[in-house]
Amino acid sequence: MSDFLEPGVSRRGLIAGSVASVAVANTPARSVAQPTTKASEAPMMPVRFTVNGQQHSLSLDTRTTLLDALREHLHLTGTKKGCDHGQCGACTVLVDGQRINACLSLAVMHEGDEITTIEGLGTPDKLHPMQAAFVKHDGYQCGYCTPGQICSAVAVLEEIRAGIPSHVQTDVAGKPKFTAAEMRERMSGNICRCGAYSNIAEAMIEVAGAKA
Amino acid sequence: MKAFTYERASDPAAAARIVAAKPGAKFIAGGTNLLDLMKIEVETPVHLVDVQDLDLQRIENTDGGGLRIGALVSNTQLAADERVRRDYGVLTRATVAGASGQLRNKASTAGNLLQRTRCPYFYDTNMPCNKRKPGTGCGAIGGYSRQLAVIGGSDKCIATFPGDMPVALRVLDAVVETINGQGQRRSIPIADFHRLWGDRPEQDTVLKPGELITHVVLPRPLGGKHFYEKVRDRASYAFALVSVAAVIQPDGTGRVAFGGVAPKPWRVPEAEALLPRGAAAVTARAFQGATPTSDNAFKLPLATRALVSVIAQAKA
Ligand SMILES: Cc1cc2nc3c(=O)[nH]c(=O)nc-3n(C[C@H](O)[C@H](O)[C@H](O)COP(=O)(O)OP(=O)(O)OC[C@H]3O[C@@H](n4cnc5c(N)ncnc54)[C@H](O)[C@@H]3O)c2cc1C
Ligand code: SF4
Repeated sequence: MSDFLEPGVSRRGLIAGSVASVAVANTPARSVAQPTTKASEAPMMPVRFTVNGQQHSLSLDTRTTLLDALREHLHLTGTKKGCDHGQCGACTVLVDGQRINACLSLAVMHEGDEITTIEGLGTPDKLHPMQAAFVKHDGYQCGYCTPGQICSAVAVLEEIRAGIPSHVQTDVAGKPKFTAAEMRERMSGNICRCGAYSNIAEAMIEVAGAKA
Repeated sequence: MKAFTYERASDPAAAARIVAAKPGAKFIAGGTNLLDLMKIEVETPVHLVDVQDLDLQRIENTDGGGLRIGALVSNTQLAADERVRRDYGVLTRATVAGASGQLRNKASTAGNLLQRTRCPYFYDTNMPCNKRKPGTGCGAIGGYSRQLAVIGGSDKCIATFPGDMPVALRVLDAVVETINGQGQRRSIPIADFHRLWGDRPEQDTVLKPGELITHVVLPRPLGGKHFYEKVRDRASYAFALVSVAAVIQPDGTGRVAFGGVAPKPWRVPEAEALLPRGAAAVTARAFQGATPTSDNAFKLPLATRALVSVIAQAKA
């Protein structure tokens, strides 16, 4: 998280910040920011979207992120909450086929959308090829970031196929290739604390090769 | 996060009217900057007007031979557009140098222009910050300022504009088109869009309350070779310490703007006129009068070296 602020200051600030956000969950009063509107006064709104092929109608506090709607309301806890600020990628899901950070999107902004989470990609009996490749290549250790990594990886291969350029392309007008350098650059929004990066890139290249 | 009400607008003037009329109302596009700041209560809108349904999602050819980019065009869509990749390579390069694939899918053209600074004191509500809370002082002046501005700041604020895509837009002389609640449109040259902080660091741009960005217009292509050199603490997914957007012609003349150094994309016409004389001549003029801190003085030689690299690539 601190990488997006300032290493020196933000580490301190961040530690203070995360303590404060823990405090907010447990105690009603804190000095930094007063408790927001009481739950009973919070504006609620209906929203309907499809998750993994299943229609859902919810009535939500407008503040509910897509991530919290998935985890806390639909109990699809495969999608993980890491930093909750778009910095780690653990919350990556597919919305209408595109990968996004579910934590930086309000649930009410997704009326009518089709959402795919890790639970919708494959099942334990019938793994998605990317899930199988992650298992085969040891693309994880603790596994916390893995659902986000896999959703992101599936989308990356589609993005390369669609010709979406990347920072590591020498000729941005040309077609991107399925190289390890491309995988690494395009996966940079998914942080892995265990450092499984090289195995993740290998898993992706295998799936890309199998499909290409 | 503070509670808020939410609605989706269906036409641009109506969206502008609602936000202009309601104190504390804000537009939301991708939400990737606004929601981040709402979570820590740096932004506390009471009403959100979601603009995602507005018909501002296309990139069209203009009569002048340029492109008109809808405010809601995502960073991914913009970077991938065939015409942008071919004729405005600096824009594709700058855009894909920013954020991550996930974020670029959501980040809109307008939202990217309006992203707020990454000054750590701005984010930390325990600290003084004139930009977040006018009159409280500036934590960064005399504090930790490695990432902050070396030029164009004031004694009230030394924050930078953190984005990448707008540095390329500055080189391309893009024009920001807006509409207000009365349906009046205006065109703002990118050079005038972001402000120098002066006495009012809380005001990032010249936009009026409720003024909605509808498009960003690119003039006809410049030809030449296009570069975006971004120097950061890691190879990907980090904000620029220094960046250089440049279009260099075969004769060695060209255009150049710097990111990560000032409250706005920093382009000095007298400086870029010195391009044929080499990087050091350009940066000496571009950063004339710079007031770096001991934490961020490294940005000045870094800017020169980044430009040396660009010029060498242009000659290759
Ligand atoms: C972890 C992380 C890393 C990042 N790294 C980079 C980076 O390296 N480089 C970079 O350039 N950016 C980076 N970003 C910032 C990102 O590019 C911005 O968050 C994004 O561009 C904002 O676009 P949005 O559509 O999501 O804006 P929103 O969050 O929806 O809106 C931002 C602001 O613009 C206003 N707004 C939106 N649309 C309009 C409109 N049409 N008219 C008027 N006002 C409008 C909103 O009211 C709000 O104030 C990063 C962000 C994150 C979270
Ligand atoms: S530099 Fe600007 S944004 Fe940073 S603390 Fe000072 S006033 Fe706030």
